[in-house]
Amino acid sequence: MSTATTQAAGLQKLTPELKAFIAKWKNKPGNLIMVLHRVQQGYGYIPREVAFEVADLLDVPLAKIYGVITFYNFFKLKKPGRNQIQVCMGTACYLKGGEDIIHEIEGILGVGLNTVTPDGEFSVEAVRCIGCCGLAPVMVINGEVYGKVKTEALQGIVAKIRKG
Amino acid sequence: MGYKQYILVCGGTACESNKGVALFAALKKAVEENGLVNDVQVVRTGCLGFCEKGPIVKILPQDTFYVEVKPEDAVVIVKEHLIKGRVVSRLLYDKNQSKINVGIEGIDFYQKQFRIVLRNCGVIDPDKIDEYIARDGYKALEKALFEMKPQNVIDEVSKSGLRGRGGAGFPTGKKWSFAAMQPAGQKYMVCNADEGDPGAYMDRSTLEGDPHSVLEAMTIAGYAIGANMGYVYIRAEYPLAIQRLETAIAQAREYGLLGQNILGSDFSFDIELRLGAGAFVCGEETALLASIEGKRGMPSPRPPFPAVKGLWGRPTVINNVETLANIPVILLKGGLWFSKIGTATSKGTKVFALTGKINNSGLIEVPMGTTLREIIFDIGGGIRGGKAFKAAQTGGPSGGMIPPQFLDLPIDYESLAKIGSIMGSGGLIVMDEDDCIPDIAKFYLDFTVDESCGKCAPCRIGGRKLLNYLDAICKGDGTYEDIDNMKEISEAMSRASLCGLGQTASNPVQSSLRYFMDEYKEHIDDKKCRAGKCKNLLRYSIDTAKCVGCTACARVCPVNCISGERKQPHTIDSTKCIKCGQCFEVCKFHAVNRA
Repeated sequence: MSTATTQAAGLQKLTPELKAFIAKWKNKPGNLIMVLHRVQQGYGYIPREVAFEVADLLDVPLAKIYGVITFYNFFKLKKPGRNQIQVCMGTACYLKGGEDIIHEIEGILGVGLNTVTPDGEFSVEAVRCIGCCGLAPVMVINGEVYGKVKTEALQGIVAKIRKG
Repeated sequence: MGYKQYILVCGGTACESNKGVALFAALKKAVEENGLVNDVQVVRTGCLGFCEKGPIVKILPQDTFYVEVKPEDAVVIVKEHLIKGRVVSRLLYDKNQSKINVGIEGIDFYQKQFRIVLRNCGVIDPDKIDEYIARDGYKALEKALFEMKPQNVIDEVSKSGLRGRGGAGFPTGKKWSFAAMQPAGQKYMVCNADEGDPGAYMDRSTLEGDPHSVLEAMTIAGYAIGANMGYVYIRAEYPLAIQRLETAIAQAREYGLLGQNILGSDFSFDIELRLGAGAFVCGEETALLASIEGKRGMPSPRPPFPAVKGLWGRPTVINNVETLANIPVILLKGGLWFSKIGTATSKGTKVFALTGKINNSGLIEVPMGTTLREIIFDIGGGIRGGKAFKAAQTGGPSGGMIPPQFLDLPIDYESLAKIGSIMGSGGLIVMDEDDCIPDIAKFYLDFTVDESCGKCAPCRIGGRKLLNYLDAICKGDGTYEDIDNMKEISEAMSRASLCGLGQTASNPVQSSLRYFMDEYKEHIDDKKCRAGKCKNLLRYSIDTAKCVGCTACARVCPVNCISGERKQPHTIDSTKCIKCGQCFEVCKFHAVNRA
């Protein structure tokens, strides 16, 4: 728990790998989105201080970088929880009770959508179709897909992940 | 060399997420442990389509089709089927079949399907270029480069009658010829794999199951229009498809099928990936190009069309994944062959992601002109739980709701437009009596409002207004004036919005007002939601004559608003009730009324 706070306080720096990636892409037109993807892959989000560095290295105004980050749903400005829960709200999942799953998860974790639990363990978001409509309703936890999810099973699933 | 038997394991996203990865490993292990490594090959293929019953395993040459296979079943399949030649009947789709030949012919899901786009999905290992080549892969490219002039390629595609599968249905040959007519110089070929429509996964499955068919088609298109560079714009949310495309591009370069002087000709072409970042509007051509350029994905007015002024101001052709996957087949079998499939105006096949309240969810490909009834009832196996069909939505948030009276309408671009929907990219969502039409219209509007880029007022403001009216109606606060306003705003949005997103955003509203006005009326006049979805309009009560006092409802109620003695009728305190519906679900005696 304290690690989350120290990390939040400490400033993130661009790693040498990321710097190398940026150098490789620097002269390709339209590189900004690809670079931001790579940054987010590294940190789980796009830290403010890293965005400053990217602006310098690519020679792009910071305003343009933030314009792009905030336009696209995929890019995050806040550090997500250690475990990330994504509940699919595509049409098939919606029809089969995706909303109930969100309510139940919010109840279990005690936080709303797009929020991190106070201990930094979980964050929940609703996502658009992840393309497993045959398994609806679907959620994804740390990249693993859970299909045909029943609300009764959620308490157990969350408890299991909390234990690690 | 040469394997005697093959085990095909579906590697589509739905099956892989459903312990398919462990199953693949378990089968490989079982084959090794039984000393069959030289006789049996285990192949991870692309999507076999029957997602509902996944994970799917198919055994060749017997063509046995196993469904819902678990990793634990691997040993049995190897020991019983492969070694002893006995079919494991408990894993068959129809458990009563015992014949050795129990392939897909016996499964109604595959009847009436016709596979052009998905020809290799579920047949080849998408990570192996040799398997694609063995199935006539890259033969069309060879033919184009050495036997045809660019104009001949365009003529063949025009002759086929192929139209864009991304939604609008623009003739592909015409699009190519516009770009080809531009003066020589830098041109681009772009594949639109930004499949943002919720409830649709056709392109994802094609890319995951047969990535080379798209790369081959892009190269052919590049040759036809005079482009030497191609981009695949793909959603970042599709990691498996991205990975398979990266592998495929690397292999194609290694084989000299991409890069300088392809196959020794003087044509050079290369392909790179560009990732989307979760913006539905980027499915729109001009917004997609802005995104590849690294900008916010805002659309711009057309003309100029991308074929004249596209990526970085250069002539650009943008084709959707499914459109492209048709191209190699058209060149090999001829435009004339292709034009004989389908209807008068819509040629070839269409891939649909069939989902919602249907027995057999999955990925299907049918000739244009197939009726909804055939798709939903013959292929899809009808409505789940024997409920009544209410509506089908094609085209996702840009499409319309199709009522039961059009079940026998042959589906093509024109027929769908006539009844207020669109072909769209191929999402086909089935709704039953438990779904509330105004609620679903609200769901779609919520989506488009969220995804509107905000550049033009009709979409930005109109969408929000529509959503507010729908919200009021679902809460029981709607009026007939709201309905009139919704009609007027919808009309304005379709006429005045800048791009396809705004122009079609009101389709779910317009079509539902046209066909399901009675449901809107009930919400307004009677404050009633017959599907029981709109929670504000629900009242739960217990029928004292039917209640036996089992206490099941009282135990499940999360707010303890149900009271009563054991074996005595219970009552619900409606002032405390949060209308979660759990008592309704749990009662075995149908004593809980919902009105």
